[in-house]
Amino acid sequence: MRPKPVRAVGTNIVLIAVTIAVLVPFLWMLSLAFTPADRAFAASDLIPSSPTMTNFATALTSGGLGRAMLNSTAVAVIVVITNCLFASMAGYAFAKLRFRGDTIVFGVLISTAMIPVSVTLIPLFLITKGIPFAGGNDILGAGGTGLLNSIGGLALPYLVVPLNIFLSRQYFLEFPDELAEAARTDGAGELRIFFQIYLPLAKPLLATLGVFAFTGIWDDFLWPLVITNTDAMNTVQLALAKFLTSGNVQYGPVMAGAVLVTVPVLLVFAFNQRAFISGLADGGIKG
Amino acid sequence: MTQTAQTTNITQPKRVPELVTGTRRPRRRRSPVRRIRVVGVLFVLPAATYVAIFHLFPLAYGLYLSFTTYDPQSRSGPQPVGIGNYTKILTDPVFLSSLLVTAKYVLYVLPGAVILALVLALMVNRGRRGVGFFRTALYVPHVVSLTAVSMVWLWLYSEQGWFNQILRAVGIGERQFLLESGTALAAVAVMRIWKALGGNMVLLLAGLQSVPRELYEAAAVDGAGGWAKFRYVTLPGLRGMLTYVVVTDIVYLAQSFGEIYILTRGGPVDSTTTVNYLIYKQAFQFNDMGTASAMGFVLFALISAVSFVSLRQMTGRGGRR
Repeated sequence: MRPKPVRAVGTNIVLIAVTIAVLVPFLWMLSLAFTPADRAFAASDLIPSSPTMTNFATALTSGGLGRAMLNSTAVAVIVVITNCLFASMAGYAFAKLRFRGDTIVFGVLISTAMIPVSVTLIPLFLITKGIPFAGGNDILGAGGTGLLNSIGGLALPYLVVPLNIFLSRQYFLEFPDELAEAARTDGAGELRIFFQIYLPLAKPLLATLGVFAFTGIWDDFLWPLVITNTDAMNTVQLALAKFLTSGNVQYGPVMAGAVLVTVPVLLVFAFNQRAFISGLADGGIKG
Repeated sequence: MTQTAQTTNITQPKRVPELVTGTRRPRRRRSPVRRIRVVGVLFVLPAATYVAIFHLFPLAYGLYLSFTTYDPQSRSGPQPVGIGNYTKILTDPVFLSSLLVTAKYVLYVLPGAVILALVLALMVNRGRRGVGFFRTALYVPHVVSLTAVSMVWLWLYSEQGWFNQILRAVGIGERQFLLESGTALAAVAVMRIWKALGGNMVLLLAGLQSVPRELYEAAAVDGAGGWAKFRYVTLPGLRGMLTYVVVTDIVYLAQSFGEIYILTRGGPVDSTTTVNYLIYKQAFQFNDMGTASAMGFVLFALISAVSFVSLRQMTGRGGRR
């Protein structure tokens, strides 16, 4: 065995090298985002010599990223709220309230998390297109376009994510039953016990569900690609990808767009980091 | 709450009415146990209904579609064709090639993404100074969306990108990494390894930290060296998490779509056309929902089989962790 200090130094050197290799592409992303468009093809300096903000303006306006960010935010708000509400309610019921068949129902709900996109994508598209009374549809869901090209359609497959039900149940299992029993003796109703006693104590869980729901929908590519076909309904990932189909790729605005799309995710993580990590630790994602 | 409790007298024992023939009103006497049963159903109902409609029903609907021909543009609905779609795709060279491409992609990415992540996790496991910085920095690609990450790599692989600058500097001619059928899939895989590293590392780190300290101490008493400790303490302790990482990676990688769409669009000459990309083309560009559904179920079957075998292999024959 080699002496400890030598090994530690060796480990650190390897770690530093790997970390640089991992981070340098992002530094290029930042660098190109601030490099003037006419210099982008010559750019090989990591720190741009004459930094500019015009790429961001180009991305937001002519690239349609501004509109796309509004769309994605709207969808994310819907999905975060529904997941925090319905998944936590279901998870709480599976952990704390007994009813007939609860283990079977739970098992079925959780096993749906294993169904791959490849088999549900087409049916979900047809269901979204066939929602009755939406987008000019009749009562049978025929004739119109349903929820295609709409915020509702974008959110539809993500309103309750089965994994979030599982996380919620694991989280509430760790909570003592005595809280609810005491409240029941005092005559509190079940809704009140959940919303005023357990849920306020479950902030780390809500942070975790929120982060998962937000990043899931914000980063989604395939579903928006399939159900939208107008620039007005672009999500952030679609808008980014469309920069590339314009033939001559302008890396400046593309990278500026990539930076803009990344910032909200990093912010969500930064604000929820502590709660998120303790939520994961308590929720036993370790399986 | 009282309203809902009255609608479910089924669970109420028959003799309760006799018990409550006192002066008190019946609803005061309802047992908390029965009340929470009703509420339990109500709490689960929204999520369960939703999952049934938007997860379970699509599964059945998709299976039905896979036995039909269906073009949503035409007026007629799905036309049953029996197992026709399946016999067609299983002899279709394009589909078979997409299966091969998908398998290759998984095999290119998986070893790198798991072994490198394990090495990194071991390195940042100890509470040395600065370890928190490395953990966070290495996690960054996992947080950034695949589209943004693909943009960066598109540039890295481009003519003026990093790799070609290096190739030019050392005097080798430049390559069109994403435009040559010999290199395109490997180039996409390298990006995916880079992207997957941090996520796997964090999971394996959690696994490493759940291995009891005492086991290392006991091994040290028995005179075990670094390698022996890794082989007989760390690896067995990590088995559960390692299985989880490998199986989830296989499932995700086998369904790759976004990076393919952005970096190569399945080309050149289908050399990066994965099954999911082919399904997308078949369904939404050729409006052939039946065949595309059948492709989806073949992929589903293969993914299930591979992850089942991996689970069996890695959790040991007795099903222990």
